[in-house]
Amino acid sequence: MHDGTTSPLAARGAARTLAHLWMILGVIIVAFPIYYVFIASTHSVQTILRPPLPLLPGPEAARNYGDAFSGGIGRIGGVSLWRLLGNTTLIALGIAVGKIAISMASAYAIVFFRFPFRMACFWLIFITLMLPVEVRIQPTYKVMVDLGLIDTYAGLILPLIASATATLLFRQFFMTIPDELLEAARVDGAGPWRFFKDILWPLSLTNVAAIFVIQFIYGWTQYLWPLLVTNSNEMNTIVIALKKMISFADADTPWNLVMVTSVLAILPPILVVVLMQRWFVKGLVETEK
Amino acid sequence: MRRTVFPHKLLPWLLLAPQLAITLIFFYWPAAQAFRQSVLKEDPFGLSSTFVGLANFRKVLGDPAYLNALQVTVVFSLLVAFGALAVALFLAVQAEKIVRHKGFYRTLMIWPYAVAPAIAGMLWLFMFNPSFGTLAWPLRQLGFDWNPLLDGDDAMALVVAAATWKQISYNFLFFVAGLQAIPRSLLEAAAIDGASRRHAFWTIVFPLLAPTTFFLLVVNTVYALFDTFGIIHAVTGGGPGRATETLVYKVYNDGFVNLIIGDSAAQSVILMVIVIALTAFQFRFIERRVHYA
Repeated sequence: MHDGTTSPLAARGAARTLAHLWMILGVIIVAFPIYYVFIASTHSVQTILRPPLPLLPGPEAARNYGDAFSGGIGRIGGVSLWRLLGNTTLIALGIAVGKIAISMASAYAIVFFRFPFRMACFWLIFITLMLPVEVRIQPTYKVMVDLGLIDTYAGLILPLIASATATLLFRQFFMTIPDELLEAARVDGAGPWRFFKDILWPLSLTNVAAIFVIQFIYGWTQYLWPLLVTNSNEMNTIVIALKKMISFADADTPWNLVMVTSVLAILPPILVVVLMQRWFVKGLVETEK
Repeated sequence: MRRTVFPHKLLPWLLLAPQLAITLIFFYWPAAQAFRQSVLKEDPFGLSSTFVGLANFRKVLGDPAYLNALQVTVVFSLLVAFGALAVALFLAVQAEKIVRHKGFYRTLMIWPYAVAPAIAGMLWLFMFNPSFGTLAWPLRQLGFDWNPLLDGDDAMALVVAAATWKQISYNFLFFVAGLQAIPRSLLEAAAIDGASRRHAFWTIVFPLLAPTTFFLLVVNTVYALFDTFGIIHAVTGGGPGRATETLVYKVYNDGFVNLIIGDSAAQSVILMVIVIALTAFQFRFIERRVHYA
């Protein structure tokens, strides 16, 4: 490359090829564990337990997936795969939609109204940034017990939907709405609801989509909280159920079914991220600052 | 400041009510309880408690197990934050050089973002478990006595790898955005002046990326401190011994498994102080960046 005989154009081409090679290596490292669990889900337990595992899909896919859905998981996790997927979807959607609803409402109140203690309310919400669940585990758990929220969907969703980040983001966005727009709407006789429905909501859609993806992933991947507030297997998320299925000390773990469950625990959020990539990337990079 | 607002007096309170209610019930009340419990000592039956001042803190900070958890946390966080930042920055720089198929690489790079930390840990343990892990097998063939279930250092290496792997996507997206914001003309000028690519990177690109890097450093540290609980709980359970017991894992373990409420509360309060310090650090820095712009 640097022997002086190659043209700058060729050198650039070589650098580009090298960059491609590095990217391919990077993608292999990043995507391999996910590819590998998919491969494992198509092999029999015997093949999985005898390393090294083949790098190509095996012949057992139909049987493994059929088994897992028709109750094979029930023997180890206690409940059906459908139930686990249903629980997790409900929680992830509940958190995403709930967060968007309450944080939009509070940001709307803070930006478009004047009332006493307005900024105090803002700070009250803002400070919760510094109080992640992890630093107040025990007392929050006690509140859940006192309110009878253990083993309920409300208990899994409610404490996670109050978030300062979404409120901050909507507040920031609402503040960029020009005064003239609101003036014009008010001249036309629009009240708070009409202004929100006809003007603000359509303008916010990109932000809403971005926050939806981020919060859906956040909800789907929760671990500590579901671990604490659920005792019954019926209420497990798929992530928690997976943890309960696996034992590396126990020779009886049906690894093929565990792999199927892993694939199903990973796939929905990956689809959401990949399909909504455009909003997700924009939202992530532009909002989390 | 907005000139036009709606005149309603009651409506804003109704709009704020859900968020304020949840915030008060699930954030402020428990946080206050953590402070209260941290200065109390419960009797073994949990029937009465007495005020003990800072005794719980003194006990926690004098406990070798706690100091061990602190050390584990620092080592773990540094390795994860710097590892994830370095790999992501390197890949983002490579991605910048590429003209075609950029979107294709990005799509493949963002997958781990969607994987739950606990599952990331399980995937890595599956690949590297000593009995049938496909990638542990060559390690053993090469003569490494690899066993993350028994050896503390191996266990640490495994959870660090899983936690780093999961965070690469996030950092990659931010670095790509940061690199795209650097004016082309600067790099072309450097090339005309005969600066090598490496030289141009360290003297132009890296300093201009500093705001992104600082932001990510804080986010990665918070991630390593809190979000990795799932990895550690699912993969090592803090062991073997206490080799991978982080501060958050210990709070959980003392509060829910060992049921030492006072200690757990004191640890919570210490964690809160750490988060507040990190957040304050982040905001100071963001303020500085606003001045630059």
